[in-house]
Amino acid sequence: MPKSSAKKTEKKVEDLSYEEALAELEQIVSALENEQSQLEEAIKLFERGQALAARCGVLLEAAELKVKQVVGEDVVAFEEESE
Amino acid sequence: MQPSLFPAAVPQTFTVSKLTFHIRKLLEENEVLQDVWVQGEISNLSRPASGHVYFTLKDANASLKCVMWKTSAARLNLPLRDGLEVEVHGKIGVYEPQGQYQLYADQIRPVGEGALYQEFMRLKAMLEAEGLFDPERKRNIPELPHRIGIVTSATGAALRDMLNTLRRRLPIVEVILAPSPVQGTEAPSALVKAIDALDRRQLDVIIIARGGGSIEDLWAFNDERVVRAVADAMTPIICGVGHETDFTLCDFAADLRAPTPTAAAELATQITILDLQAELQTYQTRLASSILSLIAEQNVSLSSLISQLRYLSPARLIQSERQRVDELSRRGFMSVAYRVNLQKKFLEGAQKRLEALSPLAVLARGYAVVTRKADGGVVSRVAQASEEMKIRVSDGEFEVRK
Repeated sequence: MPKSSAKKTEKKVEDLSYEEALAELEQIVSALENEQSQLEEAIKLFERGQALAARCGVLLEAAELKVKQVVGEDVVAFEEESE
Repeated sequence: MQPSLFPAAVPQTFTVSKLTFHIRKLLEENEVLQDVWVQGEISNLSRPASGHVYFTLKDANASLKCVMWKTSAARLNLPLRDGLEVEVHGKIGVYEPQGQYQLYADQIRPVGEGALYQEFMRLKAMLEAEGLFDPERKRNIPELPHRIGIVTSATGAALRDMLNTLRRRLPIVEVILAPSPVQGTEAPSALVKAIDALDRRQLDVIIIARGGGSIEDLWAFNDERVVRAVADAMTPIICGVGHETDFTLCDFAADLRAPTPTAAAELATQITILDLQAELQTYQTRLASSILSLIAEQNVSLSSLISQLRYLSPARLIQSERQRVDELSRRGFMSVAYRVNLQKKFLEGAQKRLEALSPLAVLARGYAVVTRKADGGVVSRVAQASEEMKIRVSDGEFEVRK
């Protein structure tokens, strides 16, 4: 019997970082492509995949460069001088 | 005979032009004078609208007229001023209208730069021999960094250029800046500290950058301590110091050399947000087509199951059972009809035999039946005879007396 994606506790899609969401999306796509899943399970995976893709899209759309600066042992926000 | 300017014996008078031409030829044919560095102090600096630069180079005892054409002047990265001690490279020529020899300059550098260059070459050879610049030491620059460290001046144009480039190409990265002076005596140790501070933070890549400048401005990036810090760092380092043609030892020690700070930021972001969007699009397409093909597959196996089911349906069985029942009931009916017929025939035969046994038929042949009148008993022996008896013949009876 094919091993379906392990039942780890799924994080909420909205809590995932871009990398996490993309990695899971990648995993779901290849699972759907390569494994014989039950239809019901496949549809669940598909819906999760769609949510992940949407999450990635939103993160890319809204991305704003975060700039921090090292001060001694700390990292603090860096104020860019306005042009 | 070839005409000669100075025939051996005969003194001769020349035109000024001819003499000047001869002097010019003498100077221009001298190899040393055509490729020479001259050190002196700038005076009488003049920069007319033509773009050419005129000045006099002098020291305690002599002076030399100099001219630098517009094309060379445009490449100057040193602000000229009177009193500045410089080294000028060029060739000696003659300006005939004024009978003046002068230096046609093509490069100007601060005094001491020659010595710096020698030091640069010495250090480079030493570190190279130590293997600091070996290609196999180079670490790969990650294609898609999450956190990028930057070591540069917090106030320079270089930082602004890099941040703008990163913002445009890959705004999802996090930038950690370790500000450091990039020139002056403080710079080398501050740069080393900044590199170490970032190297400890497990970033994906570190950019070390500063804008273009003179060899002296960039000198901190040739400092042995800085070069070693770059070579020793665990994190991959991109060096973007100077402008296009400026090379520093940090460039050799770094894992990747970029011609400018902006180029360094570009090399740090080989995958851009456009690539990520395209990748996401691909995943979305694959996701949709995989579920669609799965559903199509399920449809196919469903319809094959349906036809199998139809084939295995009891309807066929029922039909064949019904046929058997019909057959059996037909055979049952046939066998009953046959028996009835048989019984009928048997009955007819029995009737015929019964008729043959009828006593009336015997009477008709002349026999008679004698019965006693009193009790009706048949008299078949003499002893049975009584006084009065009845005689039955074929068409009736009559009484008799004994």
